[in-house]
Amino acid sequence: MSPSAVEIAAAVRSGERSAREVLEEHLAAVDAREDEVHAFNLVLADEARAAADAVDAAVAAGTDPGPLAGVPVALKDNMCTRGVPTTCSSRILDGWRPPYDATVVERLTAAGAVAVGKTNLDEFAMGSSTENSAFGVTRNPLDPTKVPGGSSGGSAAAVAAGFVPLSLGSDTGGSIRQPAALCGVVGVKPTYGAVSRYGLVAFASSLDQIGPFSRTVADSALLLEAIGGHDPRDSTSIPDPAPDLTSVLDRGVEGMRIGIIEELSGDGLEGIAGDVRVRLGEAAAALEAAGATVETTSVPSTVYGLSAYYVIAPAEASSNLARYDGVRFGLRVDAPNAGDMNTATRTAGFGDEVKRRIMLGTYALSAGYYDAYYGKSQKVRTLIVRDFARAYEDFDLLLSPTAPTTAFPIGAKTADPMTMYLNDVCTIPSNLAGHPAMSVPFGLGDDGMPVGVQVLAPATGEATMFRAAAVLEAAAPAGHPLVGGALVGGAPTGGAS
Amino acid sequence: MTDRITRDDVAHVADLARLTLADDELDAFTGQLAAVLDHAADLDALDLDDVPPTAHPLPLRNVLRPDVVGETSDRAEVLAAAPSVEAEQFRVPPVLGEAP
Amino acid sequence: MSEQAPEIVPGWETVIGLEVHAELATATKLFSGAPNRFGGEPNTNVDPVSLGLPGSLPVLNEQAVELAIRVGLALHCRVQPSVFARKNYFYPDMPKDFQISQYDLPINEEGWLELPDGRRVGIERAHLEEDTGKSTHVGGGGRIHEAGHSLVDYNRAGVPLIEIVGAPDLRSAEDARAYVSELRSILVSIGASDGKMEEGSMRVDCNVSVRPVGQAEFGTRCEIKNINSLRSLGRAIAYEARRQVDLVTSGERVEQQTRHWNEDEGRTHKLRSKEEAYDYRYFPEPDLVPVEPSDEWIGAVRDALPMLPRERRHRLAEVAGVDTSAAALTVERGMDDLAVDAIAAGADAARVLVHVENNLADGVGALDAAAFAALMAMEVGGDLTATQAKTVLAALVADGGDPAAVAASLGFEAMDSGELEAIVDGIIAENPDDWAAFTSGDEKERKKKSGFFVGQVMKATGGQADGRAVNEVLARRAAG
Repeated sequence: MSPSAVEIAAAVRSGERSAREVLEEHLAAVDAREDEVHAFNLVLADEARAAADAVDAAVAAGTDPGPLAGVPVALKDNMCTRGVPTTCSSRILDGWRPPYDATVVERLTAAGAVAVGKTNLDEFAMGSSTENSAFGVTRNPLDPTKVPGGSSGGSAAAVAAGFVPLSLGSDTGGSIRQPAALCGVVGVKPTYGAVSRYGLVAFASSLDQIGPFSRTVADSALLLEAIGGHDPRDSTSIPDPAPDLTSVLDRGVEGMRIGIIEELSGDGLEGIAGDVRVRLGEAAAALEAAGATVETTSVPSTVYGLSAYYVIAPAEASSNLARYDGVRFGLRVDAPNAGDMNTATRTAGFGDEVKRRIMLGTYALSAGYYDAYYGKSQKVRTLIVRDFARAYEDFDLLLSPTAPTTAFPIGAKTADPMTMYLNDVCTIPSNLAGHPAMSVPFGLGDDGMPVGVQVLAPATGEATMFRAAAVLEAAAPAGHPLVGGALVGGAPTGGAS
Repeated sequence: MTDRITRDDVAHVADLARLTLADDELDAFTGQLAAVLDHAADLDALDLDDVPPTAHPLPLRNVLRPDVVGETSDRAEVLAAAPSVEAEQFRVPPVLGEAP
Repeated sequence: MSEQAPEIVPGWETVIGLEVHAELATATKLFSGAPNRFGGEPNTNVDPVSLGLPGSLPVLNEQAVELAIRVGLALHCRVQPSVFARKNYFYPDMPKDFQISQYDLPINEEGWLELPDGRRVGIERAHLEEDTGKSTHVGGGGRIHEAGHSLVDYNRAGVPLIEIVGAPDLRSAEDARAYVSELRSILVSIGASDGKMEEGSMRVDCNVSVRPVGQAEFGTRCEIKNINSLRSLGRAIAYEARRQVDLVTSGERVEQQTRHWNEDEGRTHKLRSKEEAYDYRYFPEPDLVPVEPSDEWIGAVRDALPMLPRERRHRLAEVAGVDTSAAALTVERGMDDLAVDAIAAGADAARVLVHVENNLADGVGALDAAAFAALMAMEVGGDLTATQAKTVLAALVADGGDPAAVAASLGFEAMDSGELEAIVDGIIAENPDDWAAFTSGDEKERKKKSGFFVGQVMKATGGQADGRAVNEVLARRAAG
């Protein structure tokens, strides 16, 4: 098992280890298994070496490189990196090099992190399996015949495979939490507005949030502290500093009231697998054992989340993705006039899932259908917000499965989009409400693959959420033996667990 | 909710979205979109008459920026990303007609 | 408003409503810090936001909101909580292929604008939106339909616009021009826009319909685009009204269309019909939050508003004892403060307005109200002739100074009446035939010869005589 981000940063800041040495170990791990896993669209070995050397130079000069000193980090390939290709796993952006860095990229650099590459995703983050990538599927490092989940499958797989201790994903309807569950790692969708979206290529603007993947709860807390906080370049950014998370992790759940969402937890919902329900029950018991009161509660409108989401997200996407028109950047397929050029470019550049959602969203917004679909879905969003508010009068946190099943075989759900969409049923309500939620690995399913438990909190309730996550992490049954991979060619590290 | 989406609807929507669909794609997409819209029909069970819409998860208001000139992009860098450039501008095939 | 308007086609009334887009005079764009600057090298006033690059996000310019509130208050609108929406359509000069505008919740609604003659035109709304880039059509002589290709410059993309939608209250091309002039004066006076139509910072779309005089219902309207000057506006309205009347009188019907004004050909042509109307798929812009200006903010903007053209006209009209139409030109020239002060200092109001209208077209220069008033007193008191007063006025505009001293330095001495009578008598004696004609009793001849005698006296006095005084002497002599 490779070292955690907390351990690496401490070792590098103290001069005990060099960032370069840490990086080389991780690059070696990438070399060993990347061909099989395909977590990355692009590995930035040279740039990462330069960044690691700069961190080491800072340490040598007596300057603190920051809380993520020397920690290798992978970025989902929908976050802009200046001068470095940013593809969204789409042919339409093939070769595009943004002229600017996303805010999260700037903050990672400022915190001393070392970006090692851009990870694969479902094209424009639309999907739940990372099979909708123009550059090939990412495989689950714990079982390469299975999907890693999606859309941030590359970022989840990179952490699960031990390529990096930390990565960033984006979560619009579960795209961090679901792959985290399927890959046996921690994945966090922060409160909407907690992390700047500036430089995140938009899928559905009112739902998108950037968040961390890690093997440990503490590592996600560390990363979220580094990237969170107000950004004046994002109008929807919460005007507060990032919350302190690392210092509250050991506070436990004594006296907390925690509700299991009936509608998303099996009895109320078909399709939640038996082994997933069993693990959820064990997780609830663990929280109770730690001093929380846990009971089942109803959040009725969450069952309508999926329907509302698959109108709202495509509607926003249909508009956000209009700019891929062959005029200013990316792919162009020539045609005799500008309109036909737009059409030829978009037809050749987008994959089927993206086209499907663009059309769905265009339809939902079009004259005569707006009220029936988009308008109605926005009202359902209100109901979900209200139901959560009511639930949080009685509970500090809510609990549900993250995904209905463990990782499924590659190709199993590609034929029927609706079947694939059902993967997001437990994760979508938090996006619609703008609330934080995270997936914590909690043992294995009958197939030996990881199960994730989802902890949900009200807006800006990250600190409480992380306390419960830390309790679950400590109480969890043994996880998958391959999570974290095995470092290749690196010396065993002091303090590594 | 409304009737299932028709093949003609899908063709119209593809046109609005500047996408071309082959006949078999048109058939496939029609079925797939109909399935999603059918699922959305479960919203018909809700009484939403007095429910206001939520466009935004956060209750933020008046997020404003001072009117101060900031950094501009490097033109060469921006134009280097363009598929076609002429006279420091973005070159496109002839535009048919005015903006709608 | 409805008064007798000049009919473009007799028996038919033209109904006009204008949509005016004005660029707001901010330092930066509506949603980013790129400069809002006219001209400049192509694609230099751009940043990721104004280029619509993936990942970029809009952040609203506070000053643009402030200027929009000023416009709303100056147009007597209700300033209200508002929401931005996306208007989706593909066009190369629209970087994101959607325009951020305001749709069902605009910042300003339901106001009015008063024309110089006192009639009010309804304002339906005045909302914020972003401008597009500019396309140049290359080949085919720059005409869009024949161009070989187009080039796009995004310097203008994202510049803040206020779109002011007027009610269909206008009834003639003159009304329409007066409305646009008044709107421009308001926008300039409150510092919201430079109002330059020739630079495209103010653009006018025009809705026109016709109906038989006396009919209550509106006819079917057409929207005319590409009007680039006040002159084009008048021509386009006249053309379009005649076209619609011709259709109706020949038994056809007017189709609701968007039409394009061609300045060279002097005609409009069809762009598209209502059935082809584009489906913009408006929805709330998720990257921006609602704008709800506080009462304090609105109040502060209201308190800081300068005196508006309408108030200036009313003030001058009252002080000068004329109607607001007669005060309009002085206000338009920005000389109403001077006029009001001069009148307050005792100047004859009618002479002040005449001099402003006829002799101050190029500005007031060094002229101040006290000197203006003193000059008017000299003119009215007969110390200077009208011609002399005009000359002194020009000198005061150029160099300032005391009007009496200026008049003296120009040799303009008041002529005593005995001296004038002697000169007139001399000229009568030298021109007996003309005098006979003057006194023949034929009114026409009298008038003609009056001109002759005044001219002769002016010649003899080097222009120093007062024409009115000469006529008085002539009248006395004729009466015998």
